[in-house]
Amino acid sequence: MTKRIEARFEQCRAEGRAALVTYVMAGDPDPETSLAILKSLPKAGADIVEFGLPFTDPMADGPAIQAAGLRALKMGQDTVKTLDLIRRFRAEDQDTPVILMGYFNPIFVYGVDRFLVDAREAGVDGLIVVDLPPEEDDELCLPALKAGLAFIRLATPTTDDKRLPTVLSNTAGFVYYVSITGITGAATPDFGKVATAVERIKRHTPLPVVVGFGVKSGAHAAAVAEGADGVVVGSALIDALKGTLDGQDRATAGSVEAVTKLVKELSEGVRSVAKRAAA
Amino acid sequence: MSAQAQPNSFRTGPDERGHFGQFGGRFVAETLMPNILELEKAYEEARNDPAFHADMASYSTHYIGRPSPLYFAERMTEHLGGAKIYFKREELNHTGAHKVNNVLGQILLARRMGKKRIIAETGAGQHGVATATLCARFGLDCVVYMGAVDVERQKPNVFRMNMLGAKVVPVQSGTKTLKDAMNEALRDWVTNVSDTFYCIGTVAGPHPYPAMVRDFQCVIGNETREQMMQAEGRLPDSLVACIGGGSNAIGLFHPFLDDKDIEIYGVEAAGHGLDKLHAASLSGGRPGVLHGNRTYLLMDHDGQIQDAHSISAGLDYPGIGPEHAWLHEMGRVTYISATDEEALEAFQLCSRLEGILPALEPSHALAKVMELAPQKPKDHLMVVNISGRGDKDLFQIAEHLGNQIV
Repeated sequence: MTKRIEARFEQCRAEGRAALVTYVMAGDPDPETSLAILKSLPKAGADIVEFGLPFTDPMADGPAIQAAGLRALKMGQDTVKTLDLIRRFRAEDQDTPVILMGYFNPIFVYGVDRFLVDAREAGVDGLIVVDLPPEEDDELCLPALKAGLAFIRLATPTTDDKRLPTVLSNTAGFVYYVSITGITGAATPDFGKVATAVERIKRHTPLPVVVGFGVKSGAHAAAVAEGADGVVVGSALIDALKGTLDGQDRATAGSVEAVTKLVKELSEGVRSVAKRAAA
Repeated sequence: MSAQAQPNSFRTGPDERGHFGQFGGRFVAETLMPNILELEKAYEEARNDPAFHADMASYSTHYIGRPSPLYFAERMTEHLGGAKIYFKREELNHTGAHKVNNVLGQILLARRMGKKRIIAETGAGQHGVATATLCARFGLDCVVYMGAVDVERQKPNVFRMNMLGAKVVPVQSGTKTLKDAMNEALRDWVTNVSDTFYCIGTVAGPHPYPAMVRDFQCVIGNETREQMMQAEGRLPDSLVACIGGGSNAIGLFHPFLDDKDIEIYGVEAAGHGLDKLHAASLSGGRPGVLHGNRTYLLMDHDGQIQDAHSISAGLDYPGIGPEHAWLHEMGRVTYISATDEEALEAFQLCSRLEGILPALEPSHALAKVMELAPQKPKDHLMVVNISGRGDKDLFQIAEHLGNQIV
């Protein structure tokens, strides 16, 4: 439900800072570790959590996220189990917004109507589905809005002013600005240009604008937080997790902590930047 | 399936949003959408420009060597003892397959759009070779993504591409075959969207690719109509072509779709068998969304894409062009399948009887011709599309037959 997302951005605004949005893959490297990581994220400073729906062929993602998805799938992760992890997370945390992020095929195969009912019931607040542009809004975006789930759209450097209204028309919750033309975890964006891009998008929408792709450290997060309402970090967290796995891709004693350590650093980065407007 | 009304014409699709019934569409990341809309507009303009068609016709004749012959396969006809079998000789095209028809169209379009860098994905290597060839001809940068497994089993084509100045990138992700090559090409396109043209090799991907590639391949069917009228004074009774993504098949079929008495057969790769590993998306898959379009896909209960298998790298893809998915559901085209073993047997029969080494892809079509032709009367005219030549497959065939080429 978009209420949790709105409340969280309201809270960050009151604190005069940008929100930290963290992405991890559901079921990576196994369901229980994945749940432990999900639970640890808000405690380490994440304001919003994105949970990846694993997919075999994530064509807009880089090697880190593809490998994470394949690790999860190998352990038997699927859409039913992903929703179950969110249900278990929700039992303890009623406030942190949960966004499911993935590709359309697993949702289409699950059945859109059934998926929306089950996702809402599990405690999902919003969806980011990478391969559904506004031209395919009938597929999931419009039914999701009707079901009370935010459909969060990606805007990119190639989305010009003429196209922006189309991209923003049915979006809710927040706008996710992809700061580079490229795949996740690839290049580091030009942080100077990010603020300009966020301003451009804000001329078209009252929604918060969060920025992702290429943010790897607390310093990056601070740089993005200067101009944006939120910062998304994904591949760097997945890399941190991967660095702790054993030779068979199994979690070790340090797995959860490796992720939370980076989240804490990112959170400090975001919190180090106080917004003039709120100060 | 039967609930859908039969349209007056099977040739008018897709609709303005790129849909063939429920299939097709544009399922891509936002980064690519502006480019895809630009491409759609550029293609629309080119399609209506006589100068573009004149260019196509000139290069088709003098560079590709069109029209390709329609050849009466007399010995195969005698051997099978039924239908009169004709081969549409696409393997005689420059670069050895039908792929070049489409690549010529897309490269001329890329030139109109001012794009200097061309990327492509390839399975068997035929589309990669065709793309590398035309990039050499027009002085364009060329990067070809190819699954590492396919790089290994199609070495002669990799070498050809290198000689033509293209960079071949072996794709190590996923199953290291055609679908992963396509993922990697899409990733490149997302990254280099402003100066790069993605030359897709089959009738799949986001709209307008399925329609555009089909239009460029329709030269096969258009020529077949004229050539059959000249040879026999009437249209054929049946058409047979192999299907991976389905571009050679749609090229042959499309100009005949509204001739409702003509039987049309698409042959998918049944690999080790439909109950084992195969690449028959229509016979063994169901509707889903991948690589920019909705179509039939091989997948598990959760919508995860499954490995395809075929002895032919060109058919080894877990999906199929969306127009084929639609023609399947409309019942206009009959989709059947042939196994690896059947294709190998047909390869040998054709080689020995006709002195033509077909690629493993059209060997699948020939395998079903061996089954269908004997059931037909002697005045039945059957056209099979020999979409590519077998030279590229000789190492693999030798291995399967227990020989070694030194």
